[in-house]
Amino acid sequence: MIDYALSHADKLGEALWEHVLMVALTLLFSVMVASLLSLLAVYVPAISKPLVYVFSVLYAVPSLALFVLLIPLTGLGQKTAILVLIFYNQYILLRNFLTGLKDLDLSIIEAAVGMGMNRLQILFQVRLPLARRSIFTGIRLASVSTVGIATIAAFINAGGLGDILFDGLRTLNMNKIIWGSILSAGLALLVNALFLYIEKRLTPPAANL
Amino acid sequence: MSNTVITFNEVSKKYDHTDGYAVKHISLKIEQGEFITILGSSGSGKTTMLKMVNRLQEPSSGTIALSGENIAAMNPVELRRKIGYVIQQTGLFPHLTIAQNIAVVPKLLKWPRERIQTRVDELLELVGLPPKDYRNRYPAQLSGGQQQRSGLARALAADPEVMLLDEPFGAIDAINRTYLQDELLRLHRGLGKTFLLVTHDINEAFKLGTRVIIMDKGEVCQFDTPERIAKHPAEGFVASLIASSRQQERFWEELYD
Repeated sequence: MIDYALSHADKLGEALWEHVLMVALTLLFSVMVASLLSLLAVYVPAISKPLVYVFSVLYAVPSLALFVLLIPLTGLGQKTAILVLIFYNQYILLRNFLTGLKDLDLSIIEAAVGMGMNRLQILFQVRLPLARRSIFTGIRLASVSTVGIATIAAFINAGGLGDILFDGLRTLNMNKIIWGSILSAGLALLVNALFLYIEKRLTPPAANL
Repeated sequence: MSNTVITFNEVSKKYDHTDGYAVKHISLKIEQGEFITILGSSGSGKTTMLKMVNRLQEPSSGTIALSGENIAAMNPVELRRKIGYVIQQTGLFPHLTIAQNIAVVPKLLKWPRERIQTRVDELLELVGLPPKDYRNRYPAQLSGGQQQRSGLARALAADPEVMLLDEPFGAIDAINRTYLQDELLRLHRGLGKTFLLVTHDINEAFKLGTRVIIMDKGEVCQFDTPERIAKHPAEGFVASLIASSRQQERFWEELYD
């Protein structure tokens, strides 16, 4: 098993790198889209529920089906994969972002308004700092889920660790199956640990948020 | 020339989803340096009345003037920065230290850093929280009474002419409450600012107020000094309020005998 990894280090490394890149790009765009949608939902509360509902329905569609459904529109490859992954992340991110931005003590907002803060000041000085933890929890969960679902994207030629896994399944190559699994699970754990660390660092221990 | 700070002129307020008025035809004047307490039960309109002064609520009709200027014509954000506001739940920002909480309004007003720092320490001293011990603490590390002191310091930060206090001691135990009331009186005397304090506690209203506004069902039943209200309570609501308070006093006296 170790021998396999050593002799195929370049192939495994390449797949891992593709995977990391796909996850990173997905996260970047997912967070951007989710931030915009969350702000919209905070200021136009009426759309908040329908928005989360739509993405929850989308989230319930099996990933393989969603990948295949998009092929006629955007073709095979990484672009389609990233698009689908962004859709998936919206449910996780939106739920966490909105929880953080909206589920706060109303008296804090009342005090902020009463002291003479305008909307932007309340957003940047009160809502966002208080939502910091939920926001990072959302990003962490989305990252881990993206690492996992991205393996399935190999099915539509998006590359990544899924390639190794699917190859292994097709040819019944135990080495490939095991290394594909170890690398993707390891990546998920690593990403999770990294974001947990950032989350902890961001919260002053005494602030008790 | 009188020093009228706040004028209510035929102010009424009706909320969108309710019948009847929260506040009905209020006209009164508050002079500079007074400590006005607004006493009433829940639903009497006392908080609505207070919140109309810093435009957290807008009157449905009538006008309110601050130092002769109609507040409806002022920018609400700028108006609020000139008025101190204290609420029962303190509304302290949990992610900021006490010093940072107190510095919020001076920062909004873009004071220089040294001035803010000096002011913060001065205020902490004033409300009885030694700066070196409390400056860098977070609200969650303070007792209820200490939190409310911080809230008071925060409201005083930019030296507002008018202070609005919405049941500031409502969540504080009886002993600390008495203590804080005494300190508030001391603060008021020392600062010469105009205080408006909402409460449902008749003892608090009569102890603190230089004049008391008694409200019931959105109307002002009586607006006078505590002594005159006690001696000549208006018919109806005020009379029964005073009577019930007297009765409570008797209950205590009987327990002592």
